[in-house]
This record gives sequence, C-alpha cells and structure tokens, in this order.
Amino acid sequence: MQPFIHVQGVAAPLLAANVDTDVIMPKQFLKGIDRAGLDRGVFFDLRFQEDGSPNPGFVLNQAPWQGAAFLVVGPNFGCGSSREHAVWGLKQLGIRALIGTSFAGIFYDNCQRNGVLTIQLKPDELKRLGERVSQPETAGIEIDLPGQRIVLGEGESIAFQIEALRKEALLSGLDAIGSTLLRSEQIRAFEARHLAGNPWLA
Amino acid sequence: MTGPRTLYQKHIDAHTVCELDDQGHVLLYIDRQVANEYTSPQAFSGLREAGRQVWRPAATLCVVDHVNPTAPERDAHMPDPGGARQVSYFEENCREFGIELFGVLDKRQGIEHVVAPEQGFILPGMVVAAGDSHTTTYGALGAFGFGIGTSEIEHLLATQTLVYKRLKTLRVTVEGEPGPGLVAKDIIMELIRRIGASGATGYAIEFAGPAISALSVEGRMTLCNMAVEAGARGAFMAPDDKVFDYLKDKPRAPRGALWEQGVACWRELFSDPGAQFDREVTLQVGDLEPMVTWGTSPDQAAAIGACVPDPLAEPDLILRQDLQRALRYMGLQPGAALSGIPISHAFIGSCTNARIEDLRDAARVAKGRKVAQGVRAMIVPGSTQVRDQAEAEGLAQVFREAGFEWRQSGCSMCLAMNDDVLSPGDRCASSTNRNFEGRQGAGARTHLMSPAMVAAAAVSGHLVDVRSLQGEV
Repeated sequence: MQPFIHVQGVAAPLLAANVDTDVIMPKQFLKGIDRAGLDRGVFFDLRFQEDGSPNPGFVLNQAPWQGAAFLVVGPNFGCGSSREHAVWGLKQLGIRALIGTSFAGIFYDNCQRNGVLTIQLKPDELKRLGERVSQPETAGIEIDLPGQRIVLGEGESIAFQIEALRKEALLSGLDAIGSTLLRSEQIRAFEARHLAGNPWLA
Repeated sequence: MTGPRTLYQKHIDAHTVCELDDQGHVLLYIDRQVANEYTSPQAFSGLREAGRQVWRPAATLCVVDHVNPTAPERDAHMPDPGGARQVSYFEENCREFGIELFGVLDKRQGIEHVVAPEQGFILPGMVVAAGDSHTTTYGALGAFGFGIGTSEIEHLLATQTLVYKRLKTLRVTVEGEPGPGLVAKDIIMELIRRIGASGATGYAIEFAGPAISALSVEGRMTLCNMAVEAGARGAFMAPDDKVFDYLKDKPRAPRGALWEQGVACWRELFSDPGAQFDREVTLQVGDLEPMVTWGTSPDQAAAIGACVPDPLAEPDLILRQDLQRALRYMGLQPGAALSGIPISHAFIGSCTNARIEDLRDAARVAKGRKVAQGVRAMIVPGSTQVRDQAEAEGLAQVFREAGFEWRQSGCSMCLAMNDDVLSPGDRCASSTNRNFEGRQGAGARTHLMSPAMVAAAAVSGHLVDVRSLQGEV
C-alpha cells in the first residue's frame, strides 16, 4: 500500500448529504473478479452524459478540479452497500483523501484498508473548507498527516484528529494481514479456549 | 472487576483476542463468515498472490445470490458474461480453499442472509461478518453481525479475525402495540425516518421493549437488516424462546446435549440491569401507520396518509438542495398525496422482506385480486427453501392467479445486479431496503414499503394504504 505522508493537490467540493456507494460505483462496474478499470465507473451517472461524453456540469470534469487528489464531501458519505469497488475506483481516479463531517462505517474502513485517508472535521470547519475549495484559485491544499493538519495557504491551516493506530498504518503503508499474522499463536490460543468454552461452535 | 455490561460489550469481550490500543481497537475473533460471488473474488485473489491459506474453512459458507437470474425456470446458465465469470471463479475458490458452496442449483440456495439463518449456521452469541452491509440481519438471532469490505474479507479468511474498533451503544426501546396490518418494516422505517440515514453511525443498536418481544424472529430480521440504513454497524436484541424455537432442529444447529448446553448459555445473553448505553431512543408504535418512502434516501419516508414534503420549508440551503434533487429524481411535486401515486412495477423480494411470513402477508392481500393493468409485479422468494415452502402452502398459486410473476431466488431487483433491472422512469413499489438513485436501474424510482403494502399497490396500480382494501390484511 502506498504510504500517505504529505500530499498536495486540488480538492473538489461534493457537498451533498448521503452520497451512497451505488452513486459512487454503479452496479454495471461490479462484475469483475479483479480491481481493474474501476476509475471509469466512479460517479458514472454524474460524470458522463448518455452518449458517454463527460458531463461539463459535474465538478470533476471542470478546471481545476478534474485532476483532484481530494474530495470535500457532505455528511454520511459512502452510505449503503459494502462494495469496496467504490474505494478502489476513487483511488484509481487519483483520490488520496476524503474530507467530510461523517462517513458511513464500512466505507470508512474500506478507505483505511486502501490507504485512502478520511478526515472528519466539525461542520463549521468543513463549511469553511468547502467554500474555499469551491473557488478555483484556492482549490489547492496540502494534507500533512504527521502534523495532522490541512494546509490551506501561507500560515493558514485546519488541524484534524486521527487515531494513532490508523495514522501509523497510513504512514507506513503496512500490510494489515501480515501484521495480524504475527499474532498467529495468540489467535490459535484464543480459538482453542473459545471453541472449548462454546463446543457447539466447533 | 467489571460493572454491568451491555449485550454488545459481552459479545465483544467474549471475542477479543487482544486489545490493540487504549482507543477501543481490538483484534476480534469472528465465529462465522458468509460470502457471495461479487464482493469476494478479489479477496481470494489476494490470498493467492500472497501465498496464504484460509485459517478455518468451516467457518465460511459461500452462497451465489447477487448475479444469478431469477427466471421461473432455473438452470446453471449465467447469461451475463461478468456474472458467469464471478460464479465460476467463486466455484474455483471454494474448491481450492475447501469452503462449502451453495451453488445456484442447490436446493439450499438463496439470498445469503435468508439462507444462513434457515440453515442454523448462525447461533446466538456469535460474532459474524460478511461482505455485505445487510449482515446486520443476524442480530435477530442474538448474534452480532456486521458488513465488511473485500480487504476485510481477505483479512478474515486469512486470520479468522478483524482489526475492530468498539462501537458506541444505542438502545432503541420500542413500546406500544402496532395496529392491524402494521409490521416490522413499518417500525424500522419509522425509526430511520426519525433518527436519519446517519442517525446510528458509529453505534451498535440493541433493540428492546415489548414491541420487540412481540415480533416474530423473521420480523426481527427485517428490523436488524434495515438498521444499517440508519448507519448502524450492527443491530441486535437479546435472544429469547422464540429464537430457540426458531433454531431448534435447523440443519446446522447443535443437537441433543450440545443443544441444551447452548441454550443454557444463550439465556445469559442480555444487557445487565443498570448497564449504561451511550444513547437511548424510545419509539412509540401504538399509532404507527404504514410507511412509504418518497425520496432517494431511506430516511425520506412518511406515513401513507401523508403528502410529499415541500423543500422550501427546509431552512438549510444544502439540505434544501438535497430535497429538491430527490423530488426531481422521483418526479414528485411538493404537497402531492403519497396514496394514489401510480406505479409501473411491484417487487417483493430481498433479504429485508422475502421470507415465508412476508410472502404470507402479501398473499393475503393478493388472494382473489388481480394485478392492475399496466403493472409488472414480481415475487422473488428469499431462498429456494422459502419458495418450496410457499408452493407447498399454496401461496405460489395465489400469486400466479393474481398475475404476479413467481420467480426463483436471488437478490434480484433489490440492487439489479442480475438481469432484473428497471428502465428509466419506471416507478416501483418495493419491499427492499434502499431507494437510492439508480438502485433498481438507472433513472428508475423506488418506493420502499412492507410486502403487504407492495401487494396492495400492485393490485391497485398505485400506492395505497393496505388497510383500506377490503378483507383480511
């Protein structure tokens, strides 16, 4: 997994509430057995017109946001289906972080497992950031994960909170399964006790 | 020494391999996993690429449900090449890693969350995870179930554990006795309407109260299933005799002394008196009315007797724009009565509402009536076993005579990943769980409601209060 340390880029505003994973990655892109080609599916019905051409009215098709590295999103982003295809697609499109007030639980975990940073701000902070990145000349920001701040410009930044465990995983880009398997003996011992205590589970 | 604990705390404590920090992260042991053909392929590929094995193959059950057709005559053919590839890769993975599979021609096939309970694969006290958000369904059995993404499926297959953060706890106490014709679907839709689509985000819900005890186990499944539409990462209730009666003699349930031992243990699964919840909500359901959604989020719902709301009454600009967008998508005018909105389709199916009791409810409405002209009405049973039972009870005959299509089992038009897809502008009364834009087909409009309400809409040609139809509801 690509580590996330300092990342600079343009942030695109997508401030509607309850943007669900059906909208982020529609069903016709769920038929693969690998992760390839999902960038095409991201926000498909919003990004493309019926004839397949880009919809000029959608923010990710407009300068300077078409190469956005970050999305500034409305509450409950990523609700609905568990489909991780939504996160794979966003990542393939070049999205490195999502900044909002709240994220749906499964989507939030999926982002973390793919090295996509999710930042939760207070509503007034998000409003300020949303207004700022909606202006083309101030859409560029930097996320400083070690320093836990979003740098807006000269001497101006928004601090954010992140749990140490999540931060460390993002900074290092470590393989979560490999880390857990270092505890194999502990898992085996727990499992033996658990199945002995609840023999109908065995 | 620990003080009084909630049911959730008991489940998590009993499954914690070790604490990972002081922020509530634990390595959580998972008793069972259910997997489907569309969210699992990349997890198996990941195992192969890393040369890893499945930790405990017997803990996983694989079921084909999302991409298979539901045409009345069933064969193994998958008309869609992508779906066909997913099913064949799923079969290969199960073979290679030694995991049990219910393929599309298996008599036990069906929607994973209908199949796992009816097989007795899920038992009280378990912690269960699956690559599908509606894994919350298992809460009805006193198990704690939650949905995970594909990376987590891979982690779980490889280690039988997940890196998990403890949730906050929310107790929803449901009081009062719902009137005739009111069902679990109406209760959960009212809860979602009230607390919102993210009202339970970050929480595990425990349902409690007399109206919960009065519900059947299948009704409780509907409730727990849809709790995820309020953002809950899990929802359950203490198991009781109804649960034990439901599970007894199911194919995978323990038998004899082991069963007795299990039940004795499961009777201890409840929140201790005095246990503190992070939040409490009380719902009175004595004067509840049948619920329908009018928008594109499950919390955009109202009683069938109500009208479409006016976005201009919303002071917040962004919320107002959301409402306007929802009404534009739905093709509805502010102030229009919900009852009377004409439909083109009616769909009874999904892990929310396609179990035998749901079909009985719908059949009572359909009996002796005809699907209205211009409406295509479909019944997709939650499992092949439910389908067989409904045929034995004569329900299938009732539906066929009324003009409903009587189909095979699968997820079908709940998310339209197979060939059951609506066209732009179609309007569907649906017993499912999500009314998102494009959920049942690009440009299609979904109104969520109970199975009996769907049947009433099907025979009326428009949304209608099922209680207004003559005869038994």
